[in-house]
Amino acid sequence: MAEPAPILQLEGLRKRFGGLAVTDDVSLTVAARGIHAVIGPNGAGKTTLIHQISGTLAPDAGRIRFAGRDITTLPLHRRARLGLARSFQITAVLPGFSALENVALAVQSGAGSSFRFCRPAAAEARLNTAALAALAEVGLEHRAAVAAGALSHGEKRQLELAIALALQPRLLLLDEPLAGAGPEETERLIGILRRLKSAYAILLVEHDMQAVFALADRISVLSLGRVIATGTPEAIRADPEVRAAYLGEEE
Amino acid sequence: MERLRAAALPLLILGLLAAAPFIGFGAGHELTLLARAMILGMAALGLWLLVGGAGLVSLGHAALLGVGAYAVVVMDAAGITEAAIVAPSAIGAAALFALLTGAVAIRTTGVHFIMITLAFGQMGFFTAASLAVYGGDDGYTLYGRTTLGGARWLEDRLAFHYLCLGLLAATLLACRALLASRFGRVLRATRENPLRAAAVGFNPYPYRLVAYTIAGGIAGLAGALLANATEFVAPSFLAWQRSGDLLFMVILGGLGSPQGALLGALAMVLVEEWLSHLTEHWRLVFGPLLILAVLFLRGGLEGLPAQLRRRRDG
Amino acid sequence: MTTQLLLVQTLNGLQFGVLLFLVAAGLTLVFGVMDFINLAHGVQYMLGAYLGATLAAATGSFWAGLALALPAALGCGLLLEWLVFRHLYARDHLSQVLATFGVILFLNEAVRVLWGSAPLQTPTPEALAGGITLMPGLQYPVYRLAILGAGLGTAALLWLLVERTRAGALVRAGASNAPMVAALGVDIHRLFMLVFGFGAMLAGFAGVMAAPILSVEPGMGDTVLILAFVVIVIGGIGSVRGAFLAALLVGVIETLGRSLLPDLLRLVLAPSPARQAGAALGSMLVYMAMALILAVRPRGLFPARAG
Repeated sequence: MAEPAPILQLEGLRKRFGGLAVTDDVSLTVAARGIHAVIGPNGAGKTTLIHQISGTLAPDAGRIRFAGRDITTLPLHRRARLGLARSFQITAVLPGFSALENVALAVQSGAGSSFRFCRPAAAEARLNTAALAALAEVGLEHRAAVAAGALSHGEKRQLELAIALALQPRLLLLDEPLAGAGPEETERLIGILRRLKSAYAILLVEHDMQAVFALADRISVLSLGRVIATGTPEAIRADPEVRAAYLGEEE
Repeated sequence: MERLRAAALPLLILGLLAAAPFIGFGAGHELTLLARAMILGMAALGLWLLVGGAGLVSLGHAALLGVGAYAVVVMDAAGITEAAIVAPSAIGAAALFALLTGAVAIRTTGVHFIMITLAFGQMGFFTAASLAVYGGDDGYTLYGRTTLGGARWLEDRLAFHYLCLGLLAATLLACRALLASRFGRVLRATRENPLRAAAVGFNPYPYRLVAYTIAGGIAGLAGALLANATEFVAPSFLAWQRSGDLLFMVILGGLGSPQGALLGALAMVLVEEWLSHLTEHWRLVFGPLLILAVLFLRGGLEGLPAQLRRRRDG
Repeated sequence: MTTQLLLVQTLNGLQFGVLLFLVAAGLTLVFGVMDFINLAHGVQYMLGAYLGATLAAATGSFWAGLALALPAALGCGLLLEWLVFRHLYARDHLSQVLATFGVILFLNEAVRVLWGSAPLQTPTPEALAGGITLMPGLQYPVYRLAILGAGLGTAALLWLLVERTRAGALVRAGASNAPMVAALGVDIHRLFMLVFGFGAMLAGFAGVMAAPILSVEPGMGDTVLILAFVVIVIGGIGSVRGAFLAALLVGVIETLGRSLLPDLLRLVLAPSPARQAGAALGSMLVYMAMALILAVRPRGLFPARAG
């Protein structure tokens, strides 16, 4: 079986803030299946990179190709429509919406025009069924009717995942999905991610090294804005340059 | 049960308005006052769609109302009084004004949006004041009320009362339906978190612009009714103080639901009327009342029972 | 003849522009530092005019009136801050807009009660009366030139204050990143008071100076307020430099548009429609300019806040 075409390619991405190169000639290829993790010490430029990939920050130079298409200049909402689904580091669910409506909104984005003014959206079985399925995928279907603002922290993280899944994504861009989760919640989320990785391409930015090494198929290490290594978890663990970059960090 | 409670307040208000002419509010000046309250209530509903629905605080809403009223004036001066032409023109003119100014204003958010809508409102005001053909500063007295199928039945106070009531109820229903629709869902999402809405594929701009245009159309219809109610139109219809009044109505009633705007409009018109009977300088009282309402009445009148309950329970 | 008219109207526009700047400067700083939108800033200008006119009449001297009106305007500003505004800093913009709107309603009416609805007349100060010949056949009132000079002087002083002093550095830092300034251990409330009082005094100063050339009447602050909003939206919120340039621009466009457009249109239209269309267009011109500038730069010409 031939290797499927990569889903995401970064080519020579650069971003400077003032005199500081925060993203310095980053090139990266993400395969169409499995988890590709991006790690790096604090200040390595992970968040800036995520912003550029998702479209909330424009790079100064370089190209971003997604599913064979140049998306460098597309805004966030256009990239989402193409199947680039992003979860947020600081939970950004809609607190006033129920869990179901949070997901149904995402379903709606891929289900025809939203310039429909009369029929109640909450009564559209098509949207609700798909939304419930996405909630079930992350094990949250029993909380569908609860206002998102009233969910526990871990449940909000699950909801973030369900929203991303509801976009029928070709790539999940997960920005620290485990941030702030307790040990039990982390366990549950890792279980979900493990199930998802057989069906989706995932670009995972995460601080929890144990989780990353347990989940990732490939790992890229970012240091001072540059990719200093890319490879399998074993190869990364053994890489001397990576060890040097992390010297003094807790791991 | 929940649905029943949500419907109870608007049904009560609309019911009282329907019964008003027969329970002691049938005199001419009372009907005039109620018509004014209902018409401003319609405009406030449109504004609620923006503030409560889309999270866009507009301080230029009176201009949209004024454009609708001046559309009636322009038609009147040209000898056209048929409602089938006048009403769509008023709605269309105000919606167009909203679309054009909104296209610029909605590129911004927050305090920029407040200032820009205020500025465009002022532009409308000065433009109206400079239209010497239509009376300029002094305003324009209509030849008569709008006709329907050639008949002058809007001259009848009771008929006009029920026309206003019917349109008000229709506007309320339309606003509720709109917010519950797919479109409304996106709009509410952009209010709660525009970044989230964009991350699932919705660019807030076109949704906000359409909402602004719809609110403009509603205001245009209200403006046409207001012109008919007073049979006189002046630039003061577009004054920014009236935009402030409309915004206050929306807040006073409570931002949580469209009936809040309805309640706020009625309460404000009645309080204003009552105070102005007490003293010529009623604004001396009304200004501080407004400040106190903003500082202490956080959920609006609609939220007042809950607020009192909380206080009692400690 | 037309050159002279153009020159006179341009001078009038610039002079209106510096008055606008004095009002807008306080507004933009207060908003920049405190994230507080104060509709009642225009009434500070009105109070300045009333206080100046009344105190000048009481003392018999414009200068004594000016000297007394400034601290009085400052006092009014601080009183309002203490009574109303400080309870609003933590609230959303909507609440701020409405509560300060209430302040306007109250003060406009209070002024009407105290001074009546009729416009107040203030004589031009003796020393600045009369005109000066700018070029052959062109007289221009000395007082208006004095306003222009005083406005430019105040602008320069303000620039020095904001750019060259410690308090100014804090104000600039506050405008671009308020939480950071608070984190530095600066007493943010005292800084707020300072900026607020100063802004109120500047607006009051503009009012005192405008009293002899404009009619002093209730509600006179509202029009100025809205134009000041246009100024800071064009200039970029929080930017004093932007406010200065935008104020001059708005002053000139507004004045030239209203005075010259009817004449210009007469070149292509019959006199009566030209007068009408000119008047309508002239009053829209500033706002159309604003729309145009925002279409290109939604954050204004000199945005103070990054990102």
